[in-house]
Amino acid sequence: MDAIDRKILKLLEANARMDNEDIATVTDLTEDEVAARIAALEKAGVICAYKSVIDWEKVDTDSVSAIIELKVTPKAGLGFEEVAARVAKYPEVESVYLMSGAYDLNVVVKGKTFHEVSNFVSRELAMIDSVTSTGTQFVMRRYKEYKVELIGDDEDGRSKISL
Amino acid sequence: MINYSKVLNGVVKDIKPSGIRKFFDIANTMEDVISLGVGEPDFRTPWQVRNAGIRSLEVGSTRYTSNRGLEALRDELSKYVKRKYGVEYRPKDEILVTVGGSEAIDAAVRAITEPGDEIIIPQPSYVCYEPIVRLAGGVPVIIDTKAENDFKLTRAELEAVITSKTKAVILPYPCNPTGAIMEYEDILAISETLKDTDIMVISDEIYAELTFGGKRHVSVPSVPGMKERTILINGFSKTFAMTGWRLGYACGPAELMAMITKIHQFAIMCAPTTSQYAAVEALRNCDGEVAKMLEEYDMRRKIIVSGFNKLGLTCREPKGAFYAFPCIKSTGLTSEEFCERLLESKHVAVVPGTAFGESGEGFVRTSYCYSTAHIKEALKRIGEFLEELKTKA
Repeated sequence: MDAIDRKILKLLEANARMDNEDIATVTDLTEDEVAARIAALEKAGVICAYKSVIDWEKVDTDSVSAIIELKVTPKAGLGFEEVAARVAKYPEVESVYLMSGAYDLNVVVKGKTFHEVSNFVSRELAMIDSVTSTGTQFVMRRYKEYKVELIGDDEDGRSKISL
Repeated sequence: MINYSKVLNGVVKDIKPSGIRKFFDIANTMEDVISLGVGEPDFRTPWQVRNAGIRSLEVGSTRYTSNRGLEALRDELSKYVKRKYGVEYRPKDEILVTVGGSEAIDAAVRAITEPGDEIIIPQPSYVCYEPIVRLAGGVPVIIDTKAENDFKLTRAELEAVITSKTKAVILPYPCNPTGAIMEYEDILAISETLKDTDIMVISDEIYAELTFGGKRHVSVPSVPGMKERTILINGFSKTFAMTGWRLGYACGPAELMAMITKIHQFAIMCAPTTSQYAAVEALRNCDGEVAKMLEEYDMRRKIIVSGFNKLGLTCREPKGAFYAFPCIKSTGLTSEEFCERLLESKHVAVVPGTAFGESGEGFVRTSYCYSTAHIKEALKRIGEFLEELKTKA
């Protein structure tokens, strides 16, 4: 992992669709060198996936997310890993983080309706043995995700030509 | 009926409106135009700077500041200029806060120019210098800088135009539209010519923070012997994406600054107060934001320069500002023809090099203050345009 790898990672983090030709131009490498570096970063599990930031509210409203705070009794020898791995397996779960502070696992859950998400929490997450409590907070509106502002002033507003 | 042509000042009347005004009007009203024509950052002013402006309004800081500008701002400017460029100016009497760099240039030229004085202007360069010199009663003396010198001003070019009437040289580097910068040795060579003369330098360094490829900007007054003869002009517009705040500054020897301040005092009173409060924050806490913008500009710069060269339009590496200045001579078109036809057939707006002086003929100015997706779409359309030119020929 050198400075150029880091540069490539930053470029792809900002724009996963940046093509190898442009990355090569920006990093002063050849396209083949870029392809080889990216392949290595993928293989090493540093680049995990390429995804898009989508404002689903513009497409449909049948989508709700909630942040679930789980308190968990860690298992001897396994800590939080076992329960975290289990929670992560659910397709409804977007992300799982171990937290410092008042609770243990922060789980982001996505579903079609409030009802669907509540059911998932009460019937699935709350039922896991080591989970001692759940706290559900629904996301009401997204303003910014992955450094992308989903609302606001992206009108250019400049004239077409100025000297 | 008043005959306005008799009322008007002949010098003002004789200042040519830009010959390409019509082209600009068409571009500005065209709906689906992809423009590379804008000379201002696409970024917003960093949030904390905007917030500082808002806070100043909330607490009611809505009055005039002193003519020279807020003391806190001049203190910060003094530290900033020292930290960035290694030159020391006293906040008390060597720094003036102005309404953009433009006002500073105007006041500086007016402070030193008497009727008939010659002011040397290297071109291609920003459009304001020549009219400002004329309005001050001076005589613009144009130097056509050359592509083969990377559009730097050379000592020989300078020496060829110096006369007993030469009052000052304007140094517009990093340069809009060419992207040229002057490195230490380049300025040193010029300082050799100017030493032991009374010729002043007005150094417009508005793009100072936008230099690339590991080349740090060298400020003219930081070169030995130059500080005493230089009026340094800079501002917040480009560095901090603050074009609409209209805030710039001039630094120079106290005796001169007193005269420039006199002009500023009677013409302007003081720079906008809200902007001055915001600017304090920009100078104190925005190095990180500026670095991020610079990194983004550098990425776009590489993509646009490489794009033009791949299309067969020779484009030297611009080392400063945020413009690429490709040569379009291979098309057989003049700069204006190229721009008009490109706009008409592909709805891509770029600026003819001739807008910045006759020596801009054969070049077009393209700004990379746009997202890479936007730049690539423009390049694609320019590629199609070039292909169509070939088929027609």
